[in-house]
Amino acid sequence: MEKYAIEMLNITKRFPGITANDNVTLQLKKGEIHALLGENGAGKSTLMSVLFGLYQPEEGEIRKNGERVAINNPNDANEMGIGMVHQHFKLVECFSVLDNIILGAETTRAGFLMKEEARRKVVSLSEKYGLYVDPDAVIEDITVGMQQRTEILKMLYRDNEILIFDEPTAVLTPQEIRELMQIMRNLAAEGKSILFITHKLAEIMEAADRCSVLRKGKYIGTVEIKDTTPEKLSAMMVGRDVNFVVEKKTAELKDVVLKVQDMTVASRQHKNNAVNGVSFQVRRGEIVCIAGIDGNGQTELVYGLSGLESLQGGTITLGGTDITRLPIRRRLTMGMSHIPEDRHKYGLVLDYTLEDNIVLQRYFEPQFTNKLGFLKRKEIRSYASRLIEQYDVRSGQGPVTRVRAMSGGNQQKAIIAREIDKDPELLIAVQPTRGLDVGAIEYIHRQLVAQRDAGKGVLLVSLELDEVMNISDRILVMYEGEIVGEFDPRTVTVEELGLYMAGSKRAKESGPHMAGGGAKESGPYMAGSKRKEEKADE
Amino acid sequence: MNKRRITPGALLRRNGVQTILASLLCILLGLLVGYLVLLVINPQGAWDAILAILKNFLYYPSPAAATKYFGTTLVKASALLLCSLSVLFAYKVGLFNIGAAGQFVVGAGASLFFGLGLHLPWYLCLLAAVAAAALAGGISGALKAYFNVNEVISCIMLNWIALYCVNMLLATVKEQSTPYTRPLSSVNKGALLPSLGLPAFFSGNEFVTLGLPLAVLAAVLVWVLLEKTKFGYELKATGLNKHAARYCGMKEKRNLIVTMMISGGLAGLGAAVFYLCGIEQWMVQQTSVPAMGFNGIAAAFLGGLNPIGTIFSSYFIQHITSGGSYVDTGMYSSQISDLISAFIIYLCGFVLFFKLWLNRLLDKRDRKLSEKQEGGKA
Repeated sequence: MEKYAIEMLNITKRFPGITANDNVTLQLKKGEIHALLGENGAGKSTLMSVLFGLYQPEEGEIRKNGERVAINNPNDANEMGIGMVHQHFKLVECFSVLDNIILGAETTRAGFLMKEEARRKVVSLSEKYGLYVDPDAVIEDITVGMQQRTEILKMLYRDNEILIFDEPTAVLTPQEIRELMQIMRNLAAEGKSILFITHKLAEIMEAADRCSVLRKGKYIGTVEIKDTTPEKLSAMMVGRDVNFVVEKKTAELKDVVLKVQDMTVASRQHKNNAVNGVSFQVRRGEIVCIAGIDGNGQTELVYGLSGLESLQGGTITLGGTDITRLPIRRRLTMGMSHIPEDRHKYGLVLDYTLEDNIVLQRYFEPQFTNKLGFLKRKEIRSYASRLIEQYDVRSGQGPVTRVRAMSGGNQQKAIIAREIDKDPELLIAVQPTRGLDVGAIEYIHRQLVAQRDAGKGVLLVSLELDEVMNISDRILVMYEGEIVGEFDPRTVTVEELGLYMAGSKRAKESGPHMAGGGAKESGPYMAGSKRKEEKADE
Repeated sequence: MNKRRITPGALLRRNGVQTILASLLCILLGLLVGYLVLLVINPQGAWDAILAILKNFLYYPSPAAATKYFGTTLVKASALLLCSLSVLFAYKVGLFNIGAAGQFVVGAGASLFFGLGLHLPWYLCLLAAVAAAALAGGISGALKAYFNVNEVISCIMLNWIALYCVNMLLATVKEQSTPYTRPLSSVNKGALLPSLGLPAFFSGNEFVTLGLPLAVLAAVLVWVLLEKTKFGYELKATGLNKHAARYCGMKEKRNLIVTMMISGGLAGLGAAVFYLCGIEQWMVQQTSVPAMGFNGIAAAFLGGLNPIGTIFSSYFIQHITSGGSYVDTGMYSSQISDLISAFIIYLCGFVLFFKLWLNRLLDKRDRKLSEKQEGGKA
């Protein structure tokens, strides 16, 4: 039997109401590059947390070199030679590369740092693996790619044998990615075992030896890369089963409500633009969905639309008016509604009561504030009560409940009630069903479709392919800040979408004629689809 | 469905109830610690000393003297109340106005200079104090809004700038032989606040003036502004979650600056009601910022950050501070009263801690209850 460097066997980890890992097995051979693939929420992070001892699994065991081990906390994991490069680096910005590498593992003599010794070790390591970086450079002055090398050297300095890379390419330029791939191959050749967490199929195909796939907490399988194709991996990642079917009529397209032209938004994380020259339109009576893997510029796109972030370039037109330079309040009163991605950070004032949150977008209107600037508490109460009733928002004490004390689903319902009742021209919904249970998801999907049928424009940003396929009328795929394809959900397959989302394919030029692009490939999957289409005239 | 009954849980939820409980607890703990310290220093006089602090003006056996000194405590308390309202107001919007002390100094400088130097009537002196202090507060607010300069740092620096500028300014209106500003009563009687006949109630204590009702009125106005108006709704939302405030289109930068200006104005008003009643003269060689503004921080917290609550907490803090002067200085050094009030003030921080803890507990319970309900309905 082959010895594995580390094995996680039949791991099951449950949280209240959800099984994050359901009988997951991951076996990492010595000297291999093993990819871990899965959508957002597939359970990758939970699995890694189990490996680092942050969570204890209910079932299953971890073995190192064939022997069962107990990992109770991250220190145990470190002692076993497991190291990780996090997606967001854990570096001290104002320290030098060398200081960051030795931080926490300093060699000292009588309380004094032995930096020369450390420097020799770092220099020899960087030569051995081709990880060239100036040990005296200060972190904040060097590129992200160099910072990542520092993180890798940190693991090597601690003599880690099992190296985990969490989405290592998300912040790198194409050249840096190529160099990283080479570094990973060098490390594997020297006998290090590498676990490579990613969504990007091309990178897996290029660098990995084997790949394990998770979907919705379940272990789908492990394949040899030489025996597979990106299409097969994509199918494994997104699955074929569509969970929810939303009944809806054919879209009745009306005039354009939102027009975005060459929109560019700078990134807060890296030096590239988060949104790079994006153009699209939303018409009344349709749901346009921006699909893509997290961190490809969707968040910044919405910030740009809502005014939370100013544009580097381009224009936004809402209902015929140029709103590019208008303040947030004007955009909102002109008929934009926004269900934000992070409901705790943006959507709600958690320590305000439910009624105060329900009027958060309208408290300044004459119906809620009199001429002297006093709030009309009675009107606020009756308005809030009506919305609570109509949208079935449940809470402990009704309008006066502090929102912090409400469940996530009901908090989201309150936001949706507030944004929809404003009677918007354009409804922007970002991940509106994130973290919610099946019932709430269904409810929110129905509301979005109802808005569309009432002749509103709906722009939905979602990371869930099921959601994208089910309720949208048109799909735009975003990858690295650009729209790389436009599709009709009736003619495209999830596999096809997956390839665009992971950057393996992209349209030469995006335009309406792209819509039929996936039609040829809609084979047996589409025939067996559970989609219910109702003709408007029926 | 369910009858409206006041359950113990709902009663404990009431902010007022929580605040009163927590504040009383702090006072008790503070007195206890203070008493223990007195015991350690000199066991014989400890009880008398703590009694003297608590009794304050009741130290005088004659009712007339007691009422007179009660008036003096009230005058000082009203200035303290305005300082604590200043701190409270900023705190509601998520700002820590440690600069109330400096704004108080600016207010003192403006009111005294307008009264003694320019010989203007009291209402103009009052307005000048408010305006100048609002400007001082606005500087910190603008620095925070546009350059993200921490308001604590800029306020502390401005405190010292204010002190020395005011010392220089008021040196032009000081008495020949002493470092004190000339008394208003001899230079410009018109700058003294109108008494409204109040001294009659305090055994002829002429320092009790319009300032007293003005301070209470300010507390009520601050409460109305924060709780009843659109403006207060915006300010509190900005303080509780500035991201959400921005998301729904509030002008958070403008709100920051306006808040600091109002906050500064309140501290300036505090200085005006204090110095324009003639109870004290400014000493132009001062090398420390007057404690009034700093005590305002304590009073605001002890009052549970409620404008009405601060009326009582300001009085209490002034009461024990004044009471400290009656401690037997043969047994204890004269700073002992400051030490005791410092203990109580220090423990005031726990008012918030206690409320936080209680609310977490109640939230947990409520969530469980609502989950049960939701489960039942589904």
